[in-house]
Amino acid sequence: MSLRIVVTVKYVPDATGDRHFADDLTVDRDDVDGLLSELDEYAVEQALQIAEDADDAEVTVLTVGPEDAKDALRKALSMGADKAIHVEDDDLHGTDAIGTSLVLAKAVEKAGYDLVISGMASTDGTMGVVPALLAERLGVPQVTLLSEVSVEDGTVKGRRDGDAASEQLEASLPAVVSVTDQSGEARYPSFKGIMAAKKKPVESWDLGDLDVDAEEIGLEGAWTKVDSATERPARTAGTIVKDEGEGGKQLAEFLASQKFI
Amino acid sequence: MAEVLVYVDHVDGAVRKPTLELLTLARRVGEPVAVALGNGAGDTAATLAEHGAVKVLTHEAAEYADYLVVPKVDALQAAVEAVSPAAVLVPSSAEGKEIAARLALRIGSGIITDAVDLEAGDEGPVATQSAFAASYTTKSRVSKGTPVITVKPNSAAVEAAPAAGAVEALAVTFSDQATGTKVTGRTPRESTGRPELTEAAIVVSGGRGVNGADNFSIIEALADSLGAAVGASRAAVDAGWYPHTNQVGQTGKSVSPQLYIANGISGAIQHRAGMQTSKTIVAVNKDPEAPIFDLVDYGVVGDLFDVVPQLTDEVKTRKG
Ligand SMILES: Cc1cc2nc3c(=O)[nH]c(=O)nc-3n(C[C@H](O)[C@H](O)[C@H](O)COP(=O)(O)OP(=O)(O)OC[C@H]3O[C@@H](n4cnc5c(N)ncnc54)[C@H](O)[C@@H]3O)c2cc1C
Ligand SMILES: Nc1ncnc2c1ncn2[C@@H]1O[C@H](COP(=O)(O)O)[C@@H](O)[C@H]1O
Repeated sequence: MSLRIVVTVKYVPDATGDRHFADDLTVDRDDVDGLLSELDEYAVEQALQIAEDADDAEVTVLTVGPEDAKDALRKALSMGADKAIHVEDDDLHGTDAIGTSLVLAKAVEKAGYDLVISGMASTDGTMGVVPALLAERLGVPQVTLLSEVSVEDGTVKGRRDGDAASEQLEASLPAVVSVTDQSGEARYPSFKGIMAAKKKPVESWDLGDLDVDAEEIGLEGAWTKVDSATERPARTAGTIVKDEGEGGKQLAEFLASQKFI
Repeated sequence: MAEVLVYVDHVDGAVRKPTLELLTLARRVGEPVAVALGNGAGDTAATLAEHGAVKVLTHEAAEYADYLVVPKVDALQAAVEAVSPAAVLVPSSAEGKEIAARLALRIGSGIITDAVDLEAGDEGPVATQSAFAASYTTKSRVSKGTPVITVKPNSAAVEAAPAAGAVEALAVTFSDQATGTKVTGRTPRESTGRPELTEAAIVVSGGRGVNGADNFSIIEALADSLGAAVGASRAAVDAGWYPHTNQVGQTGKSVSPQLYIANGISGAIQHRAGMQTSKTIVAVNKDPEAPIFDLVDYGVVGDLFDVVPQLTDEVKTRKG
C-alpha cells in the first residue's frame, strides 16, 4: 500500500529583505520577495528521502497562503515532490496559528495521509507550534523537532535534541512529524526537476472546499490581536577601534567602564 | 485577585530560572498558582513559595518522562479546569511552546509565544514580542478565551516574594493521545559547569573565524574568565567545531544577556535574530565591513587570535 506523505510548506517574505508590517499589522507581503521558507526545505528533503526508501510512496506538498504562494509549491515540486495543493481564499488574510492549523488539518484530511511532515518553524512567524497543533487537531501522535527521522513498517522513529537531553522517539502512523535544520542539507532542484515540476498537478482549494467556518479564520476570527508594532530604533553607533596591538586591553577597559569586570 | 497558572520547568525538583522569572511576571496579572509535574514535582514547592506561588499543584507519574508532550498537556488542562485562571504562563522552550499550543487549542484560547515582557491591561495581559529578527517590537494580547502565553528566558528579574505555596495534589486523567509518542531512549546532556546559554548574564560566542574545534578553547577561556556561557554561530556548529546546543540564532537559542561578545562572527540576519536584544554587544572581527559592527557598542577590528587571549589575560589580571 502506498505511503501517503503530506508536507506542509509556508511561503514567507525573504528574511534577508527589509521586512515590515502592513497597516493592519499583518506581515507585509508586498515589499519583500517571497520564497519557500528555508526551514520547510528540510521537511521536503526528509519526505523525499522517506519516499525513496519506501516501496511505494507519494509526496504531496500543501500550502495555505496567497496567490504567490504557488512559488513555494513549485520549488518543492522541482525538488521532487509529486503533487501540490494550494489553499487560497481571500478570507484567509490575517489568520493566526490556531486558525492556520485548522485549515491545514482539514486540507490534510481531505488529501488523505499516513504521514505529515512540517518544518520546525516558519521563518516569519517563528512560533514553531503549527505541527503540535496539527497533531492535536488530527488526533495523531506528534513526533516533532527531529534531527533524524526514519519510517519503517508503519512506525516513525526519530531523534529529538532537547535542552536537557537527546531523546529517541517512536510512534505508529499516521503521525505528524517536524524536522529541524540539523536533519540534513536539502537538495537543490535539478534542471530536469525544474522542467518536470511545470507539468506536475497543483490543485487549488478554497475554504468552501474544506468546510471551514469563516468565523474561525482571518483577522476577525483570530484568537490573538496585535495592538501595535514599532520599529526598534537602530542601535546607536558604538565605538570601533582597530587593533594595533592593544585591542584586547582596550576592550577590557571598555568592559571595566561598563562594570562587567 | 484572579489566579494565574504558571507551568514549572524543573529537573527532578530543581526549578529552572525562567520559571522564577515567570512568577515575577505572573504577579503583575494575578496570584501565581504553579503546576509542577513528573519526578520531583513536590520538591519544587519551597522555591516556588519563596518566589510568590500561593499554591503548587503537583502530580507525579511515569508518563511525563515516557511519552512526549501530551501527558503534560492533559495535566495542564486539568489544572485550568480546576483553577479557572485569568491566564496561563509557560516558559518559552521548544517543549513549552508545544505544550502551550495544544493546551490553547483544547481550551478554545489563543496563544502568544516568545513574549519578552508582560503587563496587565484592560482587556487582559498585554505581551511584548520581538518580530523579524528583533527589528520590530509588538504588543499583543489574546482576544479569545483564557490567554496562554509563553515567555522567553531573561524577560524579567527573579524577585523573592514569599507566599504560602501550599502543595495540592492535582487529579489528572490521561487522554487516549497521551501515550502516542513513546520516548524509547534518553541521553542526558553532559554539564559543562558553565551557565546555561539562555540564562547567562554574559555570553561569549565564536564563529567561522575561530577556524577549528581546538581553537574554541580560546573562546572558552575568555568565557571562563568572565563566568560566561559559550555560544557559537551556525557556521561553527555545521563545521562540527561546537555542539548544536550552543548555537545562537534563529534555529538555535535566542539569548538576551547583559553582555554578548561575538568573535569571528559576521552577523548574518539569522544570527542576529538570536542575540540582537542583548543589552551590550561587543565584537571582534578582522573585517571592518562585517555587519556585526552595525550592532556593537564596542568593536575591535582585528585578529581574534591576538585580541581574545589578550582580553582574557587582562580580565584575569583585573579580577585579580
Ligand atoms: C534558515 C536558516 C537558519 C539559520 N539559523 C542560524 C542560526 O541559528 N545561527 C547562526 O549563527 N546562523 C544561522 N544561519 C546561518 C547564517 O545565515 C550565517 O551563515 C552564519 O551565521 C554565519 O556564521 P559566521 O558568522 O560564523 O560565519 P561567516 O559569515 O563566514 O563569518 C565569519 C566571520 O569571521 C571573521 N573572521 C575570520 N577569521 C577571523 C579572525 N582570525 N579574527 C577575527 N575575525 C575573523 C570574518 O571576517 C567573518 O566576518 C541560518 C541560515 C538559514 C538559511
Ligand atoms: N500557511 C502555512 N501553510 C503551510 N504550512 C504551514 C503554514 N504555516 C505553518 N506551516 C507549517 O508549520 C511549520 C511551523 O510553523 P509555525 O508554527 O508558524 O512556526 C512550518 O515549518 C510549516 O511546515
